[in-house]
Amino acid sequence: MSSQNPIWALISTFGLMSLFAVGGAAAAVPEMHRIAVDVHHWMTDKQFADAYAIAQLSPGPNVLIVTLIGYAVAGIPGALAATLAMCLPTALLAYYVSRLLNRPSQSRWPALIQAALVPLSIGLMAASALILAQSTDRTIAALLLTATVALIASVSRVNPLWLLLAGGLLGFAGIV
Amino acid sequence: MSTDSAPAAQEPDQEPDQGPDHPAIHAPPPGLLALFLAFARMSLAGFGGVLVFARHAIVDRHRWMTADEFNETFALCHFLPGPNIVNLSMVFGSRLRGIAGGVAAFTGLLLPPTLIMTVLAIIYARFGDVEVLRRILAGISCAAVGLLIAVVFRMMTPLLKRMDVVVLILMLGVFTAIGVFRWPLQAVLVIAIPLSIAVTYVMRRKVAV
Repeated sequence: MSSQNPIWALISTFGLMSLFAVGGAAAAVPEMHRIAVDVHHWMTDKQFADAYAIAQLSPGPNVLIVTLIGYAVAGIPGALAATLAMCLPTALLAYYVSRLLNRPSQSRWPALIQAALVPLSIGLMAASALILAQSTDRTIAALLLTATVALIASVSRVNPLWLLLAGGLLGFAGIV
Repeated sequence: MSTDSAPAAQEPDQEPDQGPDHPAIHAPPPGLLALFLAFARMSLAGFGGVLVFARHAIVDRHRWMTADEFNETFALCHFLPGPNIVNLSMVFGSRLRGIAGGVAAFTGLLLPPTLIMTVLAIIYARFGDVEVLRRILAGISCAAVGLLIAVVFRMMTPLLKRMDVVVLILMLGVFTAIGVFRWPLQAVLVIAIPLSIAVTYVMRRKVAV
């Protein structure tokens, strides 16, 4: 299916992925990387890291990295198809589940399931960080920048945008 | 709230629960255009994540929900699959104005940034090989990974404090399977989700007994 129509490949790939993306967009990054780089060869490692950086730097939900992947595969129709496939099915699912769960009697299982998903979603996000670090942090300076940003963002409440801009400036200066 | 009629119609029913010390809890339910514009605005303000801005707009600024209602709605969206904030827009909009409200909020959240992202994709496809742009993006990538690591640490802190060994092993297992071995997400989660639910269930029973 993927070799014939790229739009259909995008829709089926991201539609299916979104239904398994527990823990949000950041947790789905490893799977996006595996599909887009390793399985379909839609982008290179470097292009994927760039797409992640652009998605972080732009306004809007970070899940919109799929817009960039879709564009790389099939232009503007690909961008729209990937975005809708990633966002619409789970949004409709959420709509129906929220209507179901709002019966007052069923209050115990949502809390239990949510608690059970917490360690899984953190593990997924940590995996995202590792995979992205492997493609971006190829030099000592780059590794240091990542570590410094991680430290600053962990201990302070500085606006993340400033740290991204600082990274861009260091890159512009040719330091990383 | 029951499930059968339009959620917007039940909104006033929740008022009496809040007690008299919360004056003017709910503004009247917004129109579809207002929903669309509100979500478009919080989306465009949300560099590096929309949640903070969404809460501010919905609870503090427009008073469409109380803080508790917002937390419950977000918790629901957090344990469902898919992008949390996108799910939130659909659930929230539909609670205020039925399915049309959900679509209005969903569209408002996604349409403007998708257009911006498409323009950026075009620019990247044309100029992505320019050396200066590559260097800038490389620097931003490093910082972005650092931010992700920081978020992971912040989320991990409560787990580490509780020193819940089984939970930590589950977390480490998922990390290793996906991050190191690069196994497919579906295969890992099909095993990990039931396992984790079972473990959580058993541990809670132990605590209760």
